[in-house]
Order: sequence, then structure tokens, then C-alpha cells
Amino acid sequence: MAAVTPILPGETAPAGPADGPGPPAGRSRRVRPWRVVVLGAAAVYFLVPMGASFWFTVHNEEQGFSLSTYAEILTAEGFAASMLLSLALAAATIAVVLVLTLPALLAVRLGAPRLRPVLEVVCTLPLVVPPITFVTGISTVLRWGPDYLAATPFWATLIAIQDETFPVVLVLAYVVLALPFAYRSLDAGLRAIDVRTLVEAARNLGASWPHVVLRVIVPNLRSALASASFLTLALVLGEYTVAALLGYQTFPVWIVTVSGSNGRLSVAVSILSLLLTWLLLLALSGAGAKRKKDPS
Amino acid sequence: MVSLTGEPAGTAGARGGGRTRSAGWPAAVPLLAFTALAFGIPAVALLLGAFTVRDPRTRAPAFSTANLTESLQGNYLETLVSSVQLSAVVALLGAVAGTFLAQAVVTSRFRALRESVLTASGVLANFGGVPLAFTWVATLGNSGVVTRALGLDGYGWSLYTFWGLALVYMYFSIPLMVLVMVPAMDGLKPQWREAAGNSGATAWQYWRHVGVPVLAPSLLGGTVLLFGGAFAAYATARAMVGSTVPLVTLQIADALTGDVLVGHENIALALSLDMIVVAGLVMAVYLPLQRRSSRWLR
Repeated sequence: MAAVTPILPGETAPAGPADGPGPPAGRSRRVRPWRVVVLGAAAVYFLVPMGASFWFTVHNEEQGFSLSTYAEILTAEGFAASMLLSLALAAATIAVVLVLTLPALLAVRLGAPRLRPVLEVVCTLPLVVPPITFVTGISTVLRWGPDYLAATPFWATLIAIQDETFPVVLVLAYVVLALPFAYRSLDAGLRAIDVRTLVEAARNLGASWPHVVLRVIVPNLRSALASASFLTLALVLGEYTVAALLGYQTFPVWIVTVSGSNGRLSVAVSILSLLLTWLLLLALSGAGAKRKKDPS
Repeated sequence: MVSLTGEPAGTAGARGGGRTRSAGWPAAVPLLAFTALAFGIPAVALLLGAFTVRDPRTRAPAFSTANLTESLQGNYLETLVSSVQLSAVVALLGAVAGTFLAQAVVTSRFRALRESVLTASGVLANFGGVPLAFTWVATLGNSGVVTRALGLDGYGWSLYTFWGLALVYMYFSIPLMVLVMVPAMDGLKPQWREAAGNSGATAWQYWRHVGVPVLAPSLLGGTVLLFGGAFAAYATARAMVGSTVPLVTLQIADALTGDVLVGHENIALALSLDMIVVAGLVMAVYLPLQRRSSRWLR
């Protein structure tokens, strides 16, 4: 994910891979047939499902061409509720993950470099552990409730974090899953600025620590913070495993539920969510490009 | 960093002498405490649970390796093996296809092609889960557009099989491989090729003795990454095939939602532990390789 190459706005045709790779390669002075074959096969493999699934949503044997499926989405039962839940979870996750990682990373850079390996391991582990095993662990803990904790104050806490309207337990899980991405984005951002000089200058001028972080560090890290937030947003909006197995109706869980009764609708929503990911990641690489242009 | 060690005396001193070395500790505590809570407790619960068997009648817990033994037998072993096979197929085919695509892009003279393939790869490598499944169902599923247009069902085609799943998983694996390989291939200096050519090496010899050895860590690392991604995938398989293809992730989910015999509840935990061991081995291969490949890419 961190490998998404920043694109400078002027350089890229916005059409994505759609601009046919075949003809230009053919015109090249040294024609390499294998390259035409590879690029052609890739274009077919990657573009056909997109085109076919779009056709699936707009073409109907009785009515012919119609965009009514897309109009249905907004009024579909459960769409608004599940989308709002996912967005609320995403907002909470982004806030928590940034509040946790930024101070820790600053600490590692400024005062406690020996903590770096610890932090690196902690922020890589969620990548090693498959989400399904993580949710197995979580549900085991939640089932401890009736067995061991019924008489203790923890019992009330366990009930509270499983509240249907806003399941805090999902925020806890998503923060863990988002840690690797937030860590890498922020670490790359901090590497690009001279944190120590900024902090020392601000401290020598009498700024308090909260002031240093909020008025000096954060503005300098805008693009890194934005990319961490975008990646987290994309992760939470697309996460199915944890929510489904803990029994919450988030947006991806809703898509699966609705597919049972209305296949066309679920495909339409899938296409839209692909478009959303495109937009998020394009915005992300746009932010990266801006950072590159800043004179540093 | 080293050159700066003299400087902080000013700031650190202003903050109060004795705390210089450990000044940063408190700021990292929330993160570490949070991980211990939200990640550590479930991990410990999983580990303990995997080694616990409850008596069916008294529900008294007892230490036992019965869960683990059972998870490596019969039906459960079959799902684990099937998952490993699927991941291996996806990793190998995805790695080969991704490498060729990366090479086609890297050697291209068209910047726009390169940039758009890289951007698309960045998006598609993250395009997993439920939407991916439905996109393919609409394309090659039983009533999919392509299936009907070509009459594929007449040839016995079904997307809801091992190979159908492999085809779908490739959709995010190939782009991931491209993202891994393009920087590595950019690191292959044209001078090396020229030097080899001037010394009389054929294209085959160049790749055999220069190109592939330099790319080897990235190739292996990428393959391992694809394996891990396919191995951990759950949402796509669930939304697409339900349970027709035996996969360990699907099996864990079934066991977790109560589809097991009384007294065998913890089989999901044992299977999860098996998965973590496999994923851990995979990462143990990947991390050193990544460090090695980054040496060539400076």
C-alpha cells in the first residue's frame, strides 16, 4: 500500500489503464510481440470484469438499458443505516489511530530511539495475523463474559463495547488492523521533515508541548496524516470479516445481505465502492505529489 | 541521527536533567497499552483457548492438545491443505503474471502507460473483499454477463470452484506483484545489461546470471506476500462460493458461529492457531528478503 506511486498531475492520463496499450506498443520502432501479448491479456483480464459487471447492472432483458439500479441504492432498506455506521466507525478509528501513533512516533524520533524496534514489531504484527484469527480471539474474549466476569465490573464494560448502535469493539479491532498503515504513512512523513529542529526551535521560543505538536508538527505532516486517514477510511469501509463474524451490520455486511434478494443492487454497490477506492487513492497520490513539490 | 546526539542537551536540559534518555517513553505508552489490550488479550485468549477442552456436561475447562490434534486431522486438515494449495497456486501464477506485466511496463517508452498501470495496481491491490466477489459473479457467475454471452455453462464452467476462486484472487494478487516488482526492475541498471552484452553474453545468459539473481529477493518476497494475502482472504470466498470450496478461513467462521459438535467449540481456536503458524512462517521468510532486496534498490 505504501508503494502507491505519487503521480504528478500533469503526467497522467486520468483514464487509468483504459488507454489501450496495444496500438502504441505496435508503433514502437522495436516491436516486441511478447509485450503486446502481456499488456493485451492484462487489459482483458482487468477490464472485462469491470465492463461486464457494469453491463450487468444497467442491462435488463425486459427493459433494456436503464440506470434504475443505481437510483435504487439510496432508498434501499438498510443502506443508509449501514453506511452511516461504517462512516462513524471510520471516523472514530481514524481519530484513535492518529492520536495513538503520532505521539509514539515522535517519542521514538526525539527521546527514545530504543523503542523503535518494539514499535515496529507491534505495528507489523497485525499484518502477520490473518483477520479471521484475530476475530476468533476477540469473540473468545467476549464469551469470557458469562463464564468468568459476570460478578465483576468488567462485565458491564464488555456489554457496553458491544452496543449495537455503536460497537466500540469494532473500533478497537479496526485500530489494530489500521496500525501498520498509519505507522508507515506517518513514519515516512516524519522522515521528510526535520522534526528535531522544529521541536527545538518551538520549545526555545517558549511553546508548550501540546502547542508544538498541534501548531508545528501537525501542519508539517498534513499529507502524511491525510494518507494515513485515507488508508484507514478505505480499510474500515471495506472490512467484512470482523464485522460479519461479530454480527454487526456494517456496509460490506449489508452488501452481502442484500445480494440474497437483489443481486443487481449488490453488484451496483460493489462498482460504486470500487470507484470510491479509486477516488480515495487518487486523492492520496495527489497529496503525495503535493508533498514532493514542496521545497524542502 | 547519530550526529544529533550532542544537540538535545539544550532542550532536554530545559525540561529537567535526569530524564534525557527516557524523555519520550510516556508518549509511546498509550499505543503500547492499547495494543496490549486490543491485540494482546485476544491473542492470549486464542492461545489459551486452543489448548483448552471443556467437558461437555460440567463445562469444566481442562488443558489438552486434543483441539490441535483434531484440527490437523480429517476434514479440518483437508481445509487447511486446500487453503495452502489455493494460496500456492495464486502466489505462483500471480507472481509469474505480475512479473511479466511489470517487465512490460518497465521497458515501455510510454510514461503514461507506466503511470496508469502503477496507479491502477495501487487501487486493484486493495480491491479485495466483498465487492471483488460480486464483480466477478456478475461477470463469470452462473448468470454472469460473459458466461451467458459465450455460453460457458454449456462447457461445464463454474466460477464457484477451486480454479474459479484462484482466478478471482489473481485480480488483487497480480497488481500487488507489479507494485513489488516495478521498483526492483527499475533497479536493474542498463549498464549491467550493456556490460554483459559487450562481454558476449546472450540475453538468456544475462537473465540467468545477472537479472534473475538481483531480482530474486523481490521475486521470492512478492510470491510470499501473495501467498499470505490469498491465505488470509475470507470475505471474497464467503461472498462468492459460500462453502463449496473447503477453505480454512471458511471452516473457522463456521466453527465460530456454532457449526460444531458440543465439546469441540475450541476447534476454531486451534484452526486459527494453525493459520497463524503458517502465516508466521511466511512472514519469517518475507522480512529478511525484503531487507535484502532493498540493498540493491538504493
